Amino acid sequence: MGISETYDRGRSFVVEQPFGVVAGVVGVLLIVDLATKLMNGSLSVLSLALFLKDGLIQGLVIALAGVGLSMTYSLLGFANFAHGDYITAGAFAGWATTYVIGGLGALPIADLFLVGVSGEANAGTVGVSIVSTPIAVLVGLVVAIAFTAGLALLIDRLVYKPMRNEEGITLLIASIGVALALRYLLAFVFGTSRPGVTGGDIPGFEVPVIGIRLNAHEIALAIGAVALMVGVHVLLQYTKLGTAMRAMADNRDLARVTGIPTERVVRATWVIGGGLTGAAGYLVTLETGTIAFDFGWILLLLIFAAVILGGIGSVYGAMFGGLTIGIASTVSLVWLPSEFTTAAAFAVMILILVLKPSGLFGGVTTA
Amino acid sequence: MSTADRLADRLGGSDAGLILGVMAGLYVLFIVFGLILGLDVGGIASTLQRLTFLAAVYALLALALNLQWGYAGLFNIGVAGFMAVGAYTMAMLTAPVDPQVGGIPGLGLPLWAGIVGGMIAAALVGGITALPALRLRADYLAIVTLALSEIIRLIYNSTTFQSFSIGGRELGTGGASGIPGPINPVRDLYYTDPASSASPPTPFGQSMFDFFGGFGLDGPTVVDWTYTLVLVVFVGLFYFLLTRVGNSPFGRVLKAIREDEIVASSLGKNTRWFKIKVFMLGCALMGLAGILWQGSQALITPALFLPIVTFYVFIALMVGGSGSNTGSVIGGALFAGLLFLGPTFVGRIVDSSFNLGGAPNTFTTAVGALGSLDITPLVAYALDNISVLRFVLLGVVLVVLMQRRPEGLLGHRKEPAAAVDLSRRSVADDDAPRATRADGGVSDATADSGNEGGDDE
Repeated sequence: MGISETYDRGRSFVVEQPFGVVAGVVGVLLIVDLATKLMNGSLSVLSLALFLKDGLIQGLVIALAGVGLSMTYSLLGFANFAHGDYITAGAFAGWATTYVIGGLGALPIADLFLVGVSGEANAGTVGVSIVSTPIAVLVGLVVAIAFTAGLALLIDRLVYKPMRNEEGITLLIASIGVALALRYLLAFVFGTSRPGVTGGDIPGFEVPVIGIRLNAHEIALAIGAVALMVGVHVLLQYTKLGTAMRAMADNRDLARVTGIPTERVVRATWVIGGGLTGAAGYLVTLETGTIAFDFGWILLLLIFAAVILGGIGSVYGAMFGGLTIGIASTVSLVWLPSEFTTAAAFAVMILILVLKPSGLFGGVTTA
Repeated sequence: MSTADRLADRLGGSDAGLILGVMAGLYVLFIVFGLILGLDVGGIASTLQRLTFLAAVYALLALALNLQWGYAGLFNIGVAGFMAVGAYTMAMLTAPVDPQVGGIPGLGLPLWAGIVGGMIAAALVGGITALPALRLRADYLAIVTLALSEIIRLIYNSTTFQSFSIGGRELGTGGASGIPGPINPVRDLYYTDPASSASPPTPFGQSMFDFFGGFGLDGPTVVDWTYTLVLVVFVGLFYFLLTRVGNSPFGRVLKAIREDEIVASSLGKNTRWFKIKVFMLGCALMGLAGILWQGSQALITPALFLPIVTFYVFIALMVGGSGSNTGSVIGGALFAGLLFLGPTFVGRIVDSSFNLGGAPNTFTTAVGALGSLDITPLVAYALDNISVLRFVLLGVVLVVLMQRRPEGLLGHRKEPAAAVDLSRRSVADDDAPRATRADGGVSDATADSGNEGGDDE
């Protein structure tokens, strides 16, 4: 009887979730293949460790930005397509500050403000890094956070607040408009080139046993991202604001009835979400060393992938999803040429949406 | 009664008149632009050709998108991807089997087979997307389709598929450098050797060139205008097809699904199957539009199918109003004229009318001059970057549209299910002819815009 029951359950699973079965089989095959490749030496442990490290770094950025997207999604009920351009705006604000501080006196301020897009200020002449100009980098990070939080508030006031009662799709379309306007305003001010911003000698250290090298910028990114995410956790679980946000995400009308000042919670959400997004933009630029007016837009689909993977609305899901997407896109290099890594991450997202639209942490919102 | 009005009457009432009126208005505007810029007749003719061409291609795509979003509430923002599948499949099917050195081999099929193949391929890709994705909410479907169109573009961009072979036949996408499009059949009419503009014209071509040459139009403008007219005919065909679909029993089910899917399915309609069919039809039309537009260019490259193209189409549809075929055509024309071409022309006119001197290279130099109360450098810098500012304008238009008029200019969601329109009409005189549009909608300014979000499932 036990056998037939198991058989029945298995059969109904196969019938109900044919895609799930295929995905499971493919997943197992990939893991077996990975193990074989490691055994027969066609893939060295070191290069797998490198893939994992790169994926982890990328994943931390995606997770940090994803938390902001997830928060606004759960509280306001729409997918914010302008989120990627908040990242870029924060990065430019922060790096313009870092350049002005780092090169003050030596170079004209007008050139410094443009973060190397033209003029004499560039990676070679200013040479900022976390080691040589720690104060400038730290102030830049703070400005990036503050600027993006302010920008998110301003845009909410101008665009989204008058539309609070509209449906998600109307807001989504409006956010596409915001994305276009914001991205090309940045292009108008900073141009469309992709200059390098960090410079000088960046020290690193070798992780014992595994033998991979981490540089100072990667370490700074990891520490910054983890610290901010722990901060979000503390805020959500141990403060009154966090409780209010969780309550509102669960049921907005109920929250309002119980006396939660919803408009104030929404503003707080934009400030926190925007701040984390700005920090993500600043930190990813620190790590990659380049900046461009559309890099956030390019990151956006990966962030969506992460947020959906974890279950839209779930902050911890966004963190988990970010790390998974980051690692999945780099580890896919084991099987795919590098031009398909992004496509692989998108494919993972589509697969998750099809298999489990509520995401892995689905049903649990902001908690 | 003017010719336009008589034509409008014959074409079926106010809708055609509305479209012709908008086009006439745009033509007058661009003729004025051309006169201010001092263009000759040939220059104005080619300006109007470009305007008509863009209006037509955006109208085609907006109509196809309207079928999915306006009629069935399927939020597809992967338009560029389906266009790419259509254009690329067509090019790969029709490319010569033995190309010249360095060329891309194809299957060497005739053009009609390529076009049909491209539409089928786009429909199949649409079907594969629709099959699982239709269970998703509208905003999830949006993200999936956007991601899919990016995957498609990355595949066409990759060196892996630059050339490959299936069953012994050599094929290729050309990678980032693209694949040549087939020779436009319109050129066959004009040139004995359609591959080269330097070749002697055919007798027909010679007579046309002679005739229009008398008005100051050169050969290429005549050829371009001919192809543009072909596109205009296709806009008419799309419009006719969608109006028929919309008013058919099939279309009424679609509208029911858009308004309330649960009701539609509880009335015994297999709503998923309806959605899949309409999604595939819409994608096939997008593929055809991609073929007619980008497939007619000399070179088809992945860069022609960036997500921004999808957003252009979306803005065109939103300006006109989703749910209205007339609105889609007018939206395409207004988008092409006022939002896409307009700003560059205004920039050129301002630039030529005022002597602004050289534009500064950087934004900070331009702003720095404000310190000495000199606004000229900033204006010159803005004019120099007008193509960038155009995107800002598009974004602002989209936001304002969503805030003030989410249903667009002609968008209307209340449509008569009965053959006789039973809805109450307002007393205003001008409302009577506007009450029922050819595409079956009722133009009711107070139409419930709360339904704009479409169905969420």
